[in-house]
Amino acid sequence: MTDTLTPVLTDTWDAEGSWKLATYEAAGGYTGLRTALTRDPADLVQLVKDSGLRGRGGAGFPAGMKWGFLPPPDGGPRYLVVNADESEPGTCKDIPLMLASPQHLVEGVAITSYAIGCHHAFIYVRGEVLHVYRRLLAAVREAYEAGHLGTNIHGSGFDLEVTVHAGAGAYICGEETALLDSLEGRRGQPRLKPPFPAVAGLYARPTVVNNVESIASVPGIVAHGADWFSSMGTEKSTGHGLFSLSGHVTRPGQFEAPLGITLRELLDLAGGVREGHELKFWTPGGSSTPLFTAEHLDVPLDYESVGAAGSMLGTRALQIFDETTCVVRAVSRWTDFYAHESCGKCTPCREGTYWLKQILHRIEAGAGEAGDIEVLLDLCDNILGRAFCALGDGATSPITSSIEYFRDEYEAHLDGRGCPFDPARSTLFDDTPQAPPALAGAGGH
Amino acid sequence: MTAEPVGARSRTGYDAETLAALEADAGTIKARYPDPRSGLLPLLHLVQSVDGYVSRDGIVFCAEQLGMTAAEVSAVATFYTQYKRRPNGEYTVGVCTNTLCAVMGGDAIFDRLSQHLDVAHDETTPDGSVTLERVECNAACDYAPVVMVNWEFFDNQTPDSAAELTDRLRAGEQVTPTRGADSVCSFKTMSRVLAGFDDGRADEGVGAGGPTLEGLRIARERGWTAPGTDQPEISGTPRAEVPPETGTGQSSAERKPTTPSDDTGPAGPADAKEGDDD
Repeated sequence: MTDTLTPVLTDTWDAEGSWKLATYEAAGGYTGLRTALTRDPADLVQLVKDSGLRGRGGAGFPAGMKWGFLPPPDGGPRYLVVNADESEPGTCKDIPLMLASPQHLVEGVAITSYAIGCHHAFIYVRGEVLHVYRRLLAAVREAYEAGHLGTNIHGSGFDLEVTVHAGAGAYICGEETALLDSLEGRRGQPRLKPPFPAVAGLYARPTVVNNVESIASVPGIVAHGADWFSSMGTEKSTGHGLFSLSGHVTRPGQFEAPLGITLRELLDLAGGVREGHELKFWTPGGSSTPLFTAEHLDVPLDYESVGAAGSMLGTRALQIFDETTCVVRAVSRWTDFYAHESCGKCTPCREGTYWLKQILHRIEAGAGEAGDIEVLLDLCDNILGRAFCALGDGATSPITSSIEYFRDEYEAHLDGRGCPFDPARSTLFDDTPQAPPALAGAGGH
Repeated sequence: MTAEPVGARSRTGYDAETLAALEADAGTIKARYPDPRSGLLPLLHLVQSVDGYVSRDGIVFCAEQLGMTAAEVSAVATFYTQYKRRPNGEYTVGVCTNTLCAVMGGDAIFDRLSQHLDVAHDETTPDGSVTLERVECNAACDYAPVVMVNWEFFDNQTPDSAAELTDRLRAGEQVTPTRGADSVCSFKTMSRVLAGFDDGRADEGVGAGGPTLEGLRIARERGWTAPGTDQPEISGTPRAEVPPETGTGQSSAERKPTTPSDDTGPAGPADAKEGDDD
């Protein structure tokens, strides 16, 4: 039985100068790389397969299998690209990881590159986190100076160059093929798949694209073994993961736990929903994953259980909303986001998110019409599965799930008086002394 | 690529000195990539570091550097929100108004700032100091509501704290992010860093704020560890000092660190990790 929380990636975050190479090495950092360099690369791929590590960026695809999809070496370059474009609403794990302990990622990059035969790796970090970019640049420089990167790493004959690349503000670049186009200096629009990046990725060469947390988990697997990793979590969702609690919770933050922990357990650690309020709805894995409610408090947060309950584990971005929050307002704002970030390449997403936004705005403003809910559902039905990439699908998730659980609240907006909630009561700085029941008031905003 | 150096042949309006510096930097950027075209995003950050936005000259410069047309460069520049089409203020003040921050107070903060500064989204104050923006989720939800100043984190803001922040920016005072460098640099300086030119400030500021460490704090308190990494010497006692609460009421905005060590108090150094590799 493992402990409720299992600090692995977070374990050095409270150390003085946690981002420095010396701090990381004093805590055993880079023993994984030294071990890896003595092994056959194919054994490392097998090790990660055996560990059961699945992609921590949302999709949950087995990391080792992804590496294994690379065609046999043909003498040309192969690339590792780290997706550090963390932008999914609610997701806030990779940015603090790279701020507090970028060496976890850099060591993971070195090991993974050795395993897949890559000699030039890229870390694509979103451009809107200046200090994280500074920390990454410094971490890579320190790693070069210590001989963990560069030529003939630790006498192994293995060479690796690492480039840290800043994006410029586009959610879609978190989609792996859009990220590759962006890294090639183009508009960040997704590519038609197949071919998958493993076959034709960066510069049309075999490429592995992995999330920050996935790659940062690799050194621990190499240092402690596949069995160690899979001793945490469930049978099919192995290992440790960062769970990010935010919103109407007493003590929000990062909680590193075995996959399969429940929101009830996490809320207990975080001091519960903010005082005097109760849970209304939450996202298990970011805004693109269908909403959950209080009835899902005991769903084990692993890929299979969350899927069976009708949502997705996603990025374990647990956004908590209490009863003061208008679900229509919340969903309308997420829809603004998808419409804003739609890259425009495919019609269902570009046009569909535009119309979803218009309809949600008028419902929230009290100008909705009878039948609007059905139009929303019909639009979602025409986007889901018909968009070029997952952005369109994600845009429909909060809408269809919120209508499923809160149809009466949508209908309460359609009586001509607008939103029955007072937005001031949802704020962190709310000082309303005695809150009236939300749906009873006739107030609008 | 053009066959000759752009030098005297450049169609940009940059003076010789500026152009020479840009060309040197562009060479450094292009050398980072197997294909120079990959340098376009950093090159656009670079021209913003000189002009304060993606100017016509900047577009022509990028096109000349990469052997592209100005239209092709514009097509890329207009795709990304960080590239500005008009001269930006010295500070971009971005209020997260994505759902979670909006609900937690981001909408109220944006409304207050818009009124306080008398500008709307993507507009700049007449003195050129502040450009106000609504921004999307910036991966700091556990610090909501969040305001970014030149893409440095100002956590757990209120309408009052954000208004005061912009007052200080407009008065030319230094402001200190909650999690970031010791002070916020200008938009142009920031753009140069984003072009990949390190300003040597990585060691400033904290490693983590309170919420980032919340799970670890509890694990330390209860002696919870990952399997096989237990310390032989601990025998049930917490293996590290428990860092004190940062700020009050979980508000890391209360905290204005001045040195790297002014972080989470006497948090243990990389304490007692000898048994890690068993």
